[in-house]
Amino acid sequence: MITAYSIIKNNVSIVNGKPFLADNNTETFSKFVEQLYKKLNIHYPKFYKMDNLTKLGFINSELLLQNKNINSYYSEDEIGLVFANKSSSLDTDLKFYSTIENRNQYFPSPSVFVYTLPNIMLGEICIRNRFKGENAFFIMEKFDSEFILEYSRLLLDTNRTECCIAGWVELLPDNFESLFFLLEKKKYNNNLKTLELKNIIRQYEDYGAINH
Amino acid sequence: MKIMEQLIIELKEKIIKNLNLKDLTIEDIDTEAPLFVEGLGLDSIDALDLIVILEKDYGIKIESIDEGKNILNSVKSMAEKIMSHNSEN
Repeated sequence: MITAYSIIKNNVSIVNGKPFLADNNTETFSKFVEQLYKKLNIHYPKFYKMDNLTKLGFINSELLLQNKNINSYYSEDEIGLVFANKSSSLDTDLKFYSTIENRNQYFPSPSVFVYTLPNIMLGEICIRNRFKGENAFFIMEKFDSEFILEYSRLLLDTNRTECCIAGWVELLPDNFESLFFLLEKKKYNNNLKTLELKNIIRQYEDYGAINH
Repeated sequence: MKIMEQLIIELKEKIIKNLNLKDLTIEDIDTEAPLFVEGLGLDSIDALDLIVILEKDYGIKIESIDEGKNILNSVKSMAEKIMSHNSEN
Protein backbone atom coordinates (compact mmCIF):
# COMPACT_ATOMS: atom_id res chain seq x y z
CA MET A 1 0.00 0.00 0.00
CA ILE A 2 1.12 3.54 -0.68
CA THR A 3 1.56 5.33 2.64
CA ALA A 4 3.27 8.54 1.53
CA TYR A 5 4.35 10.41 -1.59
CA SER A 6 6.36 13.45 -2.53
CA ILE A 7 6.57 15.53 -5.70
CA ILE A 8 9.20 17.91 -7.05
CA LYS A 9 8.19 19.54 -10.30
CA ASN A 10 8.18 22.98 -11.90
CA ASN A 11 9.80 24.59 -8.85
CA VAL A 12 7.09 23.21 -6.59
CA SER A 13 7.47 20.52 -3.95
CA ILE A 14 4.58 18.68 -2.35
CA VAL A 15 4.46 16.10 0.42
CA ASN A 16 1.30 14.01 0.81
CA GLY A 17 -0.75 16.62 -1.00
CA LYS A 18 0.51 19.58 1.00
CA PRO A 19 2.82 22.24 -0.51
CA PHE A 20 6.27 22.17 1.06
CA LEU A 21 8.10 24.78 -0.99
CA ALA A 22 7.16 26.72 -4.11
CA ASP A 23 9.28 29.35 -5.79
CA ASN A 24 8.28 30.69 -9.16
CA ASN A 25 11.13 33.19 -9.10
CA THR A 26 13.92 30.65 -8.99
CA GLU A 27 15.36 30.20 -12.44
CA THR A 28 17.61 27.18 -12.05
CA PHE A 29 17.39 23.67 -10.72
CA SER A 30 20.47 24.22 -8.56
CA LYS A 31 18.98 27.20 -6.75
CA PHE A 32 15.64 25.49 -6.18
CA VAL A 33 17.14 22.27 -4.91
CA GLU A 34 19.45 24.20 -2.57
CA GLN A 35 16.41 26.00 -1.16
CA LEU A 36 14.87 22.60 -0.45
CA TYR A 37 18.12 21.42 1.14
CA LYS A 38 18.10 24.40 3.49
CA LYS A 39 14.40 24.20 4.29
CA LEU A 40 14.74 20.51 5.12
CA ASN A 41 17.51 21.54 7.54
CA ILE A 42 19.87 18.88 6.21
CA HIS A 43 23.56 18.89 7.08
CA TYR A 44 25.17 16.52 4.61
CA PRO A 45 28.18 18.16 2.87
CA LYS A 46 28.37 15.33 0.33
CA PHE A 47 25.15 16.72 -1.18
CA TYR A 48 27.15 19.47 -2.88
CA LYS A 49 29.35 16.92 -4.62
CA MET A 50 26.42 15.07 -6.19
CA ASP A 51 25.35 15.51 -9.78
CA ASN A 52 21.96 17.09 -10.46
CA LEU A 53 20.07 13.81 -10.98
CA THR A 54 21.36 12.50 -7.67
CA LYS A 55 20.54 15.79 -5.93
CA LEU A 56 16.98 15.54 -7.24
CA GLY A 57 16.53 11.94 -6.08
CA PHE A 58 18.31 12.58 -2.79
CA ILE A 59 16.21 15.64 -1.92
CA ASN A 60 12.97 13.93 -2.92
CA SER A 61 13.83 10.96 -0.72
CA GLU A 62 14.48 13.37 2.16
CA LEU A 63 11.10 15.01 1.49
CA LEU A 64 9.36 11.65 1.41
CA LEU A 65 10.99 10.25 4.52
CA GLN A 66 11.00 13.33 6.75
CA ASN A 67 9.36 12.54 10.09
CA LYS A 68 8.72 8.94 8.95
CA ASN A 69 11.54 7.32 10.94
CA ILE A 70 11.19 4.15 8.86
CA ASN A 71 14.46 2.76 10.23
CA SER A 72 12.67 2.20 13.52
CA TYR A 73 10.02 0.02 11.84
CA TYR A 74 12.21 -1.91 9.38
CA SER A 75 15.69 -3.35 9.45
CA GLU A 76 18.16 -1.96 6.94
CA ASP A 77 17.88 -4.95 4.57
CA GLU A 78 14.07 -4.79 4.55
CA ILE A 79 13.97 -1.39 2.81
CA GLY A 80 14.17 -1.47 -1.00
CA LEU A 81 14.32 1.14 -3.76
CA VAL A 82 12.80 1.01 -7.25
CA PHE A 83 13.25 4.03 -9.49
CA ALA A 84 12.91 4.83 -13.16
CA ASN A 85 13.40 7.64 -15.63
CA LYS A 86 13.64 8.36 -19.33
CA SER A 87 16.99 10.10 -19.78
CA SER A 88 19.17 7.95 -17.54
CA SER A 89 22.21 10.04 -16.49
CA LEU A 90 22.38 11.92 -19.80
CA ASP A 91 22.75 15.34 -18.13
CA THR A 92 25.95 14.20 -16.42
CA ASP A 93 27.10 12.09 -19.38
CA LEU A 94 27.18 15.27 -21.47
CA LYS A 95 29.07 17.14 -18.75
CA PHE A 96 31.64 14.36 -18.63
CA TYR A 97 31.93 14.31 -22.41
CA SER A 98 32.76 18.02 -22.35
CA THR A 99 35.87 17.18 -20.29
CA ILE A 100 37.19 14.73 -22.89
CA GLU A 101 35.96 15.97 -26.28
CA ASN A 102 38.96 18.24 -26.87
CA ARG A 103 42.14 16.20 -27.40
CA ASN A 104 44.26 19.20 -26.46
CA GLN A 105 42.34 19.76 -23.21
CA TYR A 106 41.83 16.12 -22.27
CA PHE A 107 41.19 16.14 -18.53
CA PRO A 108 38.51 13.56 -17.65
CA SER A 109 36.84 14.66 -14.44
CA PRO A 110 36.74 11.86 -11.85
CA SER A 111 34.06 13.57 -9.77
CA VAL A 112 31.78 13.90 -12.81
CA PHE A 113 32.56 10.40 -14.10
CA VAL A 114 31.38 8.67 -10.92
CA TYR A 115 27.84 9.92 -11.57
CA THR A 116 27.58 8.69 -15.17
CA LEU A 117 25.16 5.94 -14.15
CA PRO A 118 21.65 6.67 -12.81
CA ASN A 119 21.78 3.97 -10.15
CA ILE A 120 24.56 5.86 -8.37
CA MET A 121 21.69 7.93 -7.00
CA LEU A 122 20.24 4.80 -5.39
CA GLY A 123 23.60 4.20 -3.74
CA GLU A 124 23.76 7.73 -2.35
CA ILE A 125 20.28 7.40 -0.84
CA CYS A 126 21.22 4.00 0.63
CA ILE A 127 24.45 5.40 2.11
CA ARG A 128 22.58 8.34 3.64
CA ASN A 129 19.91 6.12 5.22
CA ARG A 130 21.94 2.93 5.69
CA PHE A 131 19.49 0.98 3.50
CA LYS A 132 20.73 -2.41 2.34
CA GLY A 133 17.65 -3.89 0.66
CA GLU A 134 16.88 -4.75 -2.95
CA ASN A 135 17.16 -1.97 -5.49
CA ALA A 136 16.63 -1.42 -9.19
CA PHE A 137 16.70 1.45 -11.66
CA PHE A 138 14.73 1.19 -14.92
CA ILE A 139 15.00 3.31 -18.06
CA MET A 140 11.67 3.68 -19.81
CA GLU A 141 10.26 5.86 -22.57
CA LYS A 142 7.39 7.16 -20.46
CA PHE A 143 6.55 7.33 -16.77
CA ASP A 144 4.78 4.02 -16.14
CA SER A 145 3.60 4.18 -12.55
CA GLU A 146 1.79 0.84 -12.82
CA PHE A 147 5.01 -0.94 -13.82
CA ILE A 148 7.05 0.70 -11.06
CA LEU A 149 4.45 -0.08 -8.41
CA GLU A 150 3.89 -3.62 -9.69
CA TYR A 151 7.63 -4.33 -9.54
CA SER A 152 7.73 -2.88 -6.02
CA ARG A 153 4.77 -5.00 -4.94
CA LEU A 154 6.56 -8.04 -6.35
CA LEU A 155 9.52 -7.27 -4.08
CA LEU A 156 7.19 -6.80 -1.12
CA ASP A 157 5.40 -10.07 -1.84
CA THR A 158 8.29 -12.36 -2.65
CA ASN A 159 11.31 -11.63 -0.48
CA ARG A 160 12.58 -9.84 2.57
CA THR A 161 11.52 -6.38 1.42
CA GLU A 162 8.97 -4.92 3.84
CA CYS A 163 9.10 -1.32 2.72
CA CYS A 164 9.91 0.18 -0.64
CA ILE A 165 10.71 3.67 -1.90
CA ALA A 166 9.67 3.80 -5.53
CA GLY A 167 9.10 6.35 -8.25
CA TRP A 168 10.15 8.51 -11.14
CA VAL A 169 13.16 10.83 -11.20
CA GLU A 170 13.85 12.58 -14.49
CA LEU A 171 16.32 15.37 -15.14
CA LEU A 172 17.67 17.17 -18.19
CA PRO A 173 19.22 20.63 -18.33
CA ASP A 174 15.85 22.25 -19.06
CA ASN A 175 13.54 19.99 -17.10
CA PHE A 176 13.36 18.19 -13.78
CA GLU A 177 10.56 16.26 -12.15
CA SER A 178 10.22 13.53 -9.60
CA LEU A 179 7.46 11.60 -7.86
CA PHE A 180 8.33 9.18 -5.08
CA PHE A 181 6.06 6.76 -3.27
CA LEU A 182 6.56 5.00 0.02
CA LEU A 183 5.09 1.50 -0.05
CA GLU A 184 4.77 -0.44 3.17
CA LYS A 185 3.42 -3.78 4.28
CA LYS A 186 0.98 -3.48 7.12
CA LYS A 187 3.29 -5.53 9.28
CA TYR A 188 4.41 -3.23 12.05
CA ASN A 189 2.12 -0.23 11.96
CA ASN A 190 -1.63 -0.76 12.03
CA ASN A 191 -2.27 2.94 11.63
CA LEU A 192 -0.90 3.15 8.10
CA LYS A 193 -3.13 5.24 5.89
CA THR A 194 -3.51 4.06 2.30
CA LEU A 195 -3.29 6.65 -0.46
CA GLU A 196 -4.98 6.32 -3.84
CA LEU A 197 -2.59 6.08 -6.79
CA LYS A 198 -4.96 7.78 -9.24
CA ASN A 199 -5.30 10.82 -6.97
CA ILE A 200 -1.53 11.11 -6.64
CA ILE A 201 -0.98 10.82 -10.39
CA ARG A 202 -3.67 13.42 -11.03
CA GLN A 203 -1.92 15.83 -8.68
CA TYR A 204 1.42 15.10 -10.33
CA GLU A 205 0.01 15.79 -13.78
CA ASP A 206 -1.54 19.03 -12.56
CA TYR A 207 1.93 20.41 -12.03
CA GLY A 208 2.79 20.54 -15.72
CA ALA A 209 3.16 18.37 -18.77
CA ILE A 210 4.45 14.86 -18.26
CA ASN A 211 5.18 11.92 -20.55
CA HIS A 212 2.49 9.77 -19.02
CA MET B 1 57.41 34.20 0.42
CA LYS B 2 54.59 36.33 -0.88
CA ILE B 3 54.31 34.11 -3.96
CA MET B 4 54.00 31.05 -1.71
CA GLU B 5 51.21 32.70 0.30
CA GLN B 6 49.38 33.68 -2.88
CA LEU B 7 49.76 30.15 -4.20
CA ILE B 8 48.29 28.69 -0.99
CA ILE B 9 45.26 30.97 -1.24
CA GLU B 10 44.87 30.07 -4.92
CA LEU B 11 45.04 26.35 -4.13
CA LYS B 12 42.46 26.66 -1.36
CA GLU B 13 40.11 28.50 -3.72
CA LYS B 14 40.54 25.78 -6.36
CA ILE B 15 39.97 23.02 -3.81
CA ILE B 16 36.73 24.63 -2.60
CA LYS B 17 35.52 25.23 -6.16
CA ASN B 18 36.53 21.95 -7.79
CA LEU B 19 35.60 19.72 -4.86
CA ASN B 20 32.30 21.54 -4.24
CA LEU B 21 33.08 22.29 -0.60
CA LYS B 22 30.43 24.99 -0.46
CA ASP B 23 30.24 25.12 3.31
CA LEU B 24 33.90 26.13 3.58
CA THR B 25 35.90 29.33 3.12
CA ILE B 26 39.65 29.53 2.60
CA GLU B 27 40.00 30.48 6.28
CA ASP B 28 38.49 27.10 7.24
CA ILE B 29 41.27 25.16 5.52
CA ASP B 30 44.34 24.62 7.65
CA THR B 31 47.35 24.93 5.35
CA GLU B 32 49.34 22.23 7.14
CA ALA B 33 46.52 19.87 8.18
CA PRO B 34 46.14 16.49 6.42
CA LEU B 35 43.65 16.74 3.57
CA PHE B 36 42.46 13.14 3.93
CA VAL B 37 40.81 11.31 6.83
CA GLU B 38 41.55 14.12 9.28
CA GLY B 39 41.38 17.81 8.32
CA LEU B 40 39.01 18.19 5.39
CA GLY B 41 38.20 14.48 5.38
CA LEU B 42 38.51 14.14 1.62
CA ASP B 43 37.95 10.78 -0.12
CA SER B 44 39.54 8.87 -3.01
CA ILE B 45 37.49 10.67 -5.70
CA ASP B 46 38.62 13.98 -4.23
CA ALA B 47 42.22 12.75 -4.52
CA LEU B 48 41.71 12.16 -8.24
CA ASP B 49 40.31 15.68 -8.60
CA LEU B 50 43.35 17.13 -6.82
CA ILE B 51 45.58 15.22 -9.24
CA VAL B 52 43.62 16.74 -12.14
CA ILE B 53 44.11 20.25 -10.66
CA LEU B 54 47.87 19.72 -10.41
CA GLU B 55 48.12 18.39 -13.96
CA LYS B 56 45.70 20.76 -15.67
CA ASP B 57 46.59 24.02 -13.91
CA TYR B 58 50.24 23.49 -12.98
CA GLY B 59 51.55 20.89 -15.43
CA ILE B 60 52.51 18.44 -12.69
CA LYS B 61 52.16 14.71 -13.28
CA ILE B 62 52.24 12.43 -10.25
CA GLU B 63 54.24 9.34 -11.20
CA SER B 64 53.69 7.01 -8.25
CA ILE B 65 51.38 6.31 -5.32
CA ASP B 66 54.08 7.18 -2.78
CA GLU B 67 54.80 10.48 -4.50
CA GLY B 68 51.06 11.19 -4.59
CA LYS B 69 50.69 10.53 -0.87
CA ASN B 70 53.46 13.00 -0.06
CA ILE B 71 52.31 15.74 -2.44
CA LEU B 72 48.60 15.48 -1.55
CA ASN B 73 49.22 15.37 2.18
CA SER B 74 48.27 19.03 2.75
CA VAL B 75 47.79 22.32 0.96
CA LYS B 76 51.31 23.23 2.02
CA SER B 77 52.82 20.09 0.47
CA MET B 78 50.92 20.72 -2.76
CA ALA B 79 52.16 24.31 -2.86
CA GLU B 80 55.75 23.23 -2.19
CA LYS B 81 55.58 20.76 -5.08
CA ILE B 82 54.26 23.47 -7.40
CA MET B 83 57.03 25.86 -6.32
CA SER B 84 59.77 23.27 -6.85
CA HIS B 85 58.24 22.27 -10.21
CA ASN B 86 58.21 25.91 -11.32
CA SER B 87 61.83 26.45 -10.31
CA GLU B 88 62.90 23.36 -12.26
CA ASN B 89 61.15 24.49 -15.44
